[in-house]
Amino acid sequence: MAKLYRLITAVLRLAVAGAAAAAAIIMVTSHETTSFFGIEMEAKYSYTPSFIFFVVAFAVGFAYSLLVILVRPGSTASRLVLLSDVVVGMLLAGAVAATGAIADVGKNGNEHAGWLPICPQVRAYCVHVEGALIAGFVSLLVHFLIIMYSLHAVAEPLCCSH
Amino acid sequence: MLESSSRLTVTDLSMDLEHGSKTKLSAAPAAATPACKCSNRLLQLGDRLVAVQLVVLRTAAALTTVVAAAVMALNTQSYTAVVAIIGTKPLMQTFTAKFRYTPAFVYFVIANAIAGTYNLLVLIIRRLILQRRTASLVVHMLDMVILSCSLIISFSSLLLSLAQVIMALLATGAATAASMAELGKKGNLHARWNPICDKFGSFCSRGGIAIVSSFIGVALMLALNLLSAAANAHRPNVVGQ
Repeated sequence: MAKLYRLITAVLRLAVAGAAAAAAIIMVTSHETTSFFGIEMEAKYSYTPSFIFFVVAFAVGFAYSLLVILVRPGSTASRLVLLSDVVVGMLLAGAVAATGAIADVGKNGNEHAGWLPICPQVRAYCVHVEGALIAGFVSLLVHFLIIMYSLHAVAEPLCCSH
Repeated sequence: MLESSSRLTVTDLSMDLEHGSKTKLSAAPAAATPACKCSNRLLQLGDRLVAVQLVVLRTAAALTTVVAAAVMALNTQSYTAVVAIIGTKPLMQTFTAKFRYTPAFVYFVIANAIAGTYNLLVLIIRRLILQRRTASLVVHMLDMVILSCSLIISFSSLLLSLAQVIMALLATGAATAASMAELGKKGNLHARWNPICDKFGSFCSRGGIAIVSSFIGVALMLALNLLSAAANAHRPNVVGQ
């Protein structure tokens, strides 16, 4: 039973790592230059601090997920892993939320602040950022599943001999 | 027989942790030696401390989240400026900034309101209902009813406590409001988005106070969850404090 638990968590954590790496890489490679009305406009992830935070947070999530596969279940380190899982989950959720807010302003604008939406001008950049957000959401969801599964294993020791 | 009675006393102890009622420990160690009684009293003191800490943390978390929601909800500022001069008459226009003009701030207020009401509700339930078993039962049922309405996965949904979910909700609300606040303060040159904080100074500062308060609330709720999980660690099937 412990072997099955280890296998399932290893597979889920690899999925988290993969999705996090995909999110970070897609965000980093989002770059577009366009010109409208003679003004040149360049859109890059590093121009927005929220996007930089997104990249850093998902890079941390990727490294963390890979490192945690090496922890043996049942040792004291596994209790610490449950705690740090929650903290990293909150970090990823915060990154996705912050990026979502900026992406919403970029797509819909904010007329009260006089901010025009930029998506009609840099459409490929917008699609790139949307893709990164989707990968981030998938990573967050699977991380959430891992937390629930770990809690399930801890709370019912007969099931998974944790 | 003996070990079942000792297990009962341990569960009685843990159920009293958030309740603060007079524990009936004097009845429990019936066959205890004087040395055992001393360690039991220390144990009782330690648990009383944990209970007090839990209540203090919960009130602090409730206070900070309610303050954050209230400050952001009442956050509005307007000023009038001359926009054009027609002939000799100046044309004035009022510019307002309200929290509901930004979806991120609306989500922030809602998330903080949910967290604040949850904390207040749990505090009130644990204080008002003196019978400790019904108190924990009511809180557990509240958890389960709300969770089962909102979570689709059922095999382990009972094990993730509502407090954790609400803490994550609060964290996302605070993060999204912080990113919008940063955008409002610094603007984004490349997207031609001008900062608004120079025109709406007190709107920005009040929003900043609300966001900081919400972040403190998140930290308090994290500490609360950890403490409550550690206190209930030997009761594996009831996770929602």
